[in-house]
Amino acid sequence: MPGPIIDLTIYDSEEQLLAGLRRREPDACACLIKRFAPLVYAQSLRLLGDPDEAESVLQQTFIKACARLDGYEGRSGLGSWLYRIATNEALMQLRRHAPRVALDDVAETIQADEIPQRTTLWSLDPATAALDGELRAELEKALAALPETLRVVFVLREIQGLSTDETAAALGLGESAVKVRLHRARLRLRELLATYMLGH
Amino acid sequence: MDASHAHEHPDLDRCREILVQLNDYADGELGADLCRELEQHLAECPDCRAVYDTLTGTIRIYRSLRDLPLELPPGIEERLLRHITHVEK
Repeated sequence: MPGPIIDLTIYDSEEQLLAGLRRREPDACACLIKRFAPLVYAQSLRLLGDPDEAESVLQQTFIKACARLDGYEGRSGLGSWLYRIATNEALMQLRRHAPRVALDDVAETIQADEIPQRTTLWSLDPATAALDGELRAELEKALAALPETLRVVFVLREIQGLSTDETAAALGLGESAVKVRLHRARLRLRELLATYMLGH
Repeated sequence: MDASHAHEHPDLDRCREILVQLNDYADGELGADLCRELEQHLAECPDCRAVYDTLTGTIRIYRSLRDLPLELPPGIEERLLRHITHVEK
């Protein structure tokens, strides 16, 4: 069932939307959700790898955002602000997980036997590939297949664009651990994508 | 069919050393001397070159996901709106 039908043009700019939210207008809240929930959900799902947990983070993110609206100064865009809240919520959720990692995923040095086996150039060039539904589904599937320790570092560094030290601080890790996990995540994703990329 | 093949360079230990440095190189964090050595190896070893090219392709394509939303599964938007309206009351 599609969501409620509202006129998104009422709040054309972020300033108008923010003013509507501060006046507690129901349509402004619906507009905020329409505009940003798909991005926040994507980010949460990529970090957590579980649709139910991602929905829970989505709800907490918007509840906290609405509660903190008066303190929002607008220095970053609404999207970036919501992203940050969602990331913090997702990381808190991850800390509640029982450890479920393989030892080689947390080894903080790169092992010499981690040499990639597939050495054929892909027939699909990522620089020009259209991010259509099929390719996007492959990317998300490969990401979800990574162990949590690797996936979280990869998402924060590559998709969210945090620096190494920001990622290390967010996860309570050393910078070298972040680099090793990122290295491992990139190589694994490359391997996971190879079959699809070679076949196109 | 998997058309890939395994690393065939005569000095695989050298390839292993290079591959450990590939990420630092891709991130621009490798010293100048090591950069030169790595680039020379990439010029001579098509297997390592292919790994480097596909690795940077992987990084690039995932970075392009950043601002792309996911289609929300059915019902999520309504549940979220209901939840927020309930909390706000």
